[in-house]
Amino acid sequence: MLSLKIKKILKAYTLHAVLNVSEEITVLTGPSGAGKTTTLNCISGLIHPDSGEIVLNDRVLFQEKEKPIPVQKRNIGYVFQDYALFPHMTIRGNINYRMKDIKLVNTLVNVVGIEHILESYPAEISGGEKQRVALVRALATKPEALLLDEPFSSLDDETKEECQQELLRLHAMWKIPIIMVTHDLKEAERLGDRILRIEQGKIIDN
Amino acid sequence: MDYTPLFLSLKIASIATAIVVIIGIFLARIISRYRFPGKRILESLLMLPLVLPPTVVGFGLLYLFGKNGPFGSLLLDLFGIQIVFTWFGAVLAAIVVSFPLMYQSAAASFQNYDVNIENAALTMGASKWTVFWTITFPLAWPGLLAGLVLTFARALGEFGATLMIAGYIPNQTETIPLAIYFAVDSGNMDAAVFWVISIVAVGFTAILWLNWWSGRNILRFTSDK
Repeated sequence: MLSLKIKKILKAYTLHAVLNVSEEITVLTGPSGAGKTTTLNCISGLIHPDSGEIVLNDRVLFQEKEKPIPVQKRNIGYVFQDYALFPHMTIRGNINYRMKDIKLVNTLVNVVGIEHILESYPAEISGGEKQRVALVRALATKPEALLLDEPFSSLDDETKEECQQELLRLHAMWKIPIIMVTHDLKEAERLGDRILRIEQGKIIDN
Repeated sequence: MDYTPLFLSLKIASIATAIVVIIGIFLARIISRYRFPGKRILESLLMLPLVLPPTVVGFGLLYLFGKNGPFGSLLLDLFGIQIVFTWFGAVLAAIVVSFPLMYQSAAASFQNYDVNIENAALTMGASKWTVFWTITFPLAWPGLLAGLVLTFARALGEFGATLMIAGYIPNQTETIPLAIYFAVDSGNMDAAVFWVISIVAVGFTAILWLNWWSGRNILRFTSDK
């Protein structure tokens, strides 16, 4: 269970996010610059809100006037829009960077089918493969929640659908709260247990 | 033939390079990642020795580190160290004139990749120190090495500021560039030619190697399928 109630003052508007995510896929949609990535960054701990509270499974990650739990200790997986793979490491190096359980890694690698590229470098693999590697790398650290920032936006339709199916399969195996940001309404409907719209920094629950 | 200028030059350039590399990487890392008031002014000041005549740098150092200068008197009183007219002065001159080369290379290489690559490592639980050594440093390495080589080459060739603060004292502050000047001055053309050829050879080798090496490494990370 991931719950947050945060406020962050930004240049153009103030971000107000109130969100409770159980072991489901919650999709955040909304126009560019509405505060989607900022919300994810606040949850991950890369930036901090100005006020409010973030709680993950009874662990308080952020609370006003208290020292926030740093990003390294939050145990929240994050898949970035451009994947942010380590270009100087092989795919195996990327996945094993902070992995906690080699059996789990082998299972994940099998489920998404990337055994054949483990010795390649990120510059040598396709977009769909990069996306799968980023997902496996994030899950290899056994996160308690997963954040996905437009993870399929740069893929062609066919690859996108395959990757979406894999995400659903992984989530079925692994019930953790997932928050996914996307522009694509079709994708939101296909993947989201719940779809939330964010506009001008306000999250509207529909 | 007295080879002292060669050894002296190598010693001074090596020490100066080591200091510049550490300070340059540290400052470039901090300044390139954070925004603060006066950032542009600070960056401009750090780059200034690149465009100033070395005599101006030498004058400034002489003023600051001279026996009666603010830093010079402090160092002399506290540690009994004299900068002016010693090889320490030559090191100091080499540090100041070569610093912008290291700083510029380091700052550029820290901004050369997506900051989310480091963020990804942080979200996976790696400490900031681990992230620096496993992600930041290897990714910035080609640029840092380029800066190091340029710094060394520049430190080796420093003349104007060195002459002003360290003076020409045979066997103590007589680096190769100074040896060339004073060999020509005293009509000893054979010695001058020898030192000219040797410093051209060192400089050319350094730049040639750097071009070859950086070309190879830039290819490695950017060659897409």
